[in-house]
Amino acid sequence: MFYREAGEFKTSYAADQAIFPIAQDRIALVVLVLAAYVGVPLIANGYWLDAILIPFLVYSLAALGLNILTGYAGQVSLGTGGFMAVGAFSAYKLAIGFPHLNVVLVIVIAGLIAAAVGIVFGVPSLRIKGFYLAVATLAAQFFLVWLFNRVPWFTNYSSSGVISAPLRAVFGRVYITGAEASSVDKYLFALTTVSLLALAAKNMVRCATGRAWMAIRDMDIAAEIIGIRPLATKLTAFAVSSFYVGVAGALWAFVYTGTVEPLAFDVERSFQILFMIIIGGLGSILGSFLGAAFVVLVPVLLSNAPGFLGLSIRVATVTNLQSIIFGALIVFFLVVEPNGLARLWQVGKEKLRLWPFPY
Amino acid sequence: MHFLYTVLIDPFVQIAGDPRFFVEVLTGGLLTGVMYSLVALGFVIIYKASRVFNFAQGTMVLFAALMLVGQMEMGAPAWLALGTTCGVMVGLAFAVERLVLRPMVNQSEIILFMATLGISFFLEGLGQLMWGGDVHTLELGIPSGPLTLGGILVNKLDLVGAAVAGLLVTALALFFRWTSVGRVLRAVADDHQAALSVGVPLKVVWVIVWTMAGLVALVAGIMWGSSLGVQFSLSLVALKALPVLILGGFTSVPGAIVGGLIVGATEKVGEVFWGPALGGAVENWFAYLLALIFLLFRPQGLFGERIIERV
Repeated sequence: MFYREAGEFKTSYAADQAIFPIAQDRIALVVLVLAAYVGVPLIANGYWLDAILIPFLVYSLAALGLNILTGYAGQVSLGTGGFMAVGAFSAYKLAIGFPHLNVVLVIVIAGLIAAAVGIVFGVPSLRIKGFYLAVATLAAQFFLVWLFNRVPWFTNYSSSGVISAPLRAVFGRVYITGAEASSVDKYLFALTTVSLLALAAKNMVRCATGRAWMAIRDMDIAAEIIGIRPLATKLTAFAVSSFYVGVAGALWAFVYTGTVEPLAFDVERSFQILFMIIIGGLGSILGSFLGAAFVVLVPVLLSNAPGFLGLSIRVATVTNLQSIIFGALIVFFLVVEPNGLARLWQVGKEKLRLWPFPY
Repeated sequence: MHFLYTVLIDPFVQIAGDPRFFVEVLTGGLLTGVMYSLVALGFVIIYKASRVFNFAQGTMVLFAALMLVGQMEMGAPAWLALGTTCGVMVGLAFAVERLVLRPMVNQSEIILFMATLGISFFLEGLGQLMWGGDVHTLELGIPSGPLTLGGILVNKLDLVGAAVAGLLVTALALFFRWTSVGRVLRAVADDHQAALSVGVPLKVVWVIVWTMAGLVALVAGIMWGSSLGVQFSLSLVALKALPVLILGGFTSVPGAIVGGLIVGATEKVGEVFWGPALGGAVENWFAYLLALIFLLFRPQGLFGERIIERV
């Protein structure tokens, strides 16, 4: 950036190892968090909260989870949708089965269940690598969604298979799920969850666990030789990733759409989330958020663009055009910057360090 | 107990009770499996020569079929429509090479895979923008309808599909074995660097393999389009071809065929005899689970190259 670390002296190891070592960065972060917590609820209307910001937060969390697995631990997974479904359906069963359980606890337990399922489907990763693994994780995707579709116990024997999330409050009368919940409350709840989990993820990838993941990603045999246990490392990656993805699934069902249905978690969802982390940047926490923003915002922009330009095009044509433009944009971004938006941001910051005197 | 009975014992009782029906189901499954192989072949051709996992193969099938059927609906004779569609697929190969593969040389496999997902989105939109999203029926005079062969009921269309797939594989095998272009492709598949250093033009190779994959996609599109009608769901056939691929190995043409047969047969038998006990529609994941269990014992698939890892 146009400011730098000159003149900021660290007097402790803790200060030296801080996530944001530069004071200006910390100020910017505080401003951002304040804006998200105070500014956004004041300014944004219901449409913005419900249709853009909440899905953005939920997608970011799912992308964060997949990025831990794919970006940091190097295990390509196409089963994200399936794990989201596990989170959503366990949260639903828990919330209905134990009506007095606090919704926060419900979501955490749902995440833990998803983590357990993730470990089971992660076991093959010890033998299978690369694209073989990616295709194998599709087994999780199809099997889990089929399970929730076909076994009526999961939907409490509802005839349509689509069930709505029950009304639940975090504390007192602050409802975050169900029809009566206000958009602002839902947004604040999602924001808090995502911020806490993102902080946890940032610290996890900086510590021994994260370094082990990256070693396995870069070359698993070499990692094994220097004493990293592949079994434990790969399975923790699957567990942590599935926990994040499962929580994202629970938020999707409870906070975002308000309904729990298997169709929302089909294979398209898995690909969408994989897109986010590739476009945002593999192995980057910031990248997960940037990628999610891209994938959420571009279709919104594309569907509103004809209206802004005063053109009237049929809906089917717009959908097809969207698909064309989206596909072209993906290829374009991969050609221009295969390391994603996070890398672009980094390059921009490095350029700005020298700006306006580049020598 | 009842559930265990319906899963572990009842299907075998049924099979033993009516072996002819079982053979019928098995034949139907094997013939469908050959159709999966047709899609899987396109994947294998591209992966072998360029290490690109081309997810767009399914969409290419849809796109080729849409081009063909769209022109025929506008009144073009079949030979003309076939000709222009082939032309379009060749053009597509050139475009992909120039716009996608060449700028992304030396990127990791996953990035290239994502790029093919982009291509897939693009083609999906383009095909439907040009020809509409309705179901088109494809009439090329391929016989269809039931046929009794030795007391077993089969669909004529499936038989034609099997014959076409057999022809295609033989032709491909001969092509790879006996022509100079085939030799070049095998060299590239063997070792990129070595092939480059003896003067094999990689760019040309890419165009050739994408063209071949495009033409295979056209054949698959014709066969699938004749049986299901040309519609969006055709691109989902690719998802059925993936377990075929991992069963057979990403780099093996015979593997694609054998994998297709295994997947087709087990899927149909599983659906008919085990499906009711498990709640139906097991077709969607049965093949994947099979492939997953199989991979645990043989991580490179049936015929895939042995994975040698170096540090």
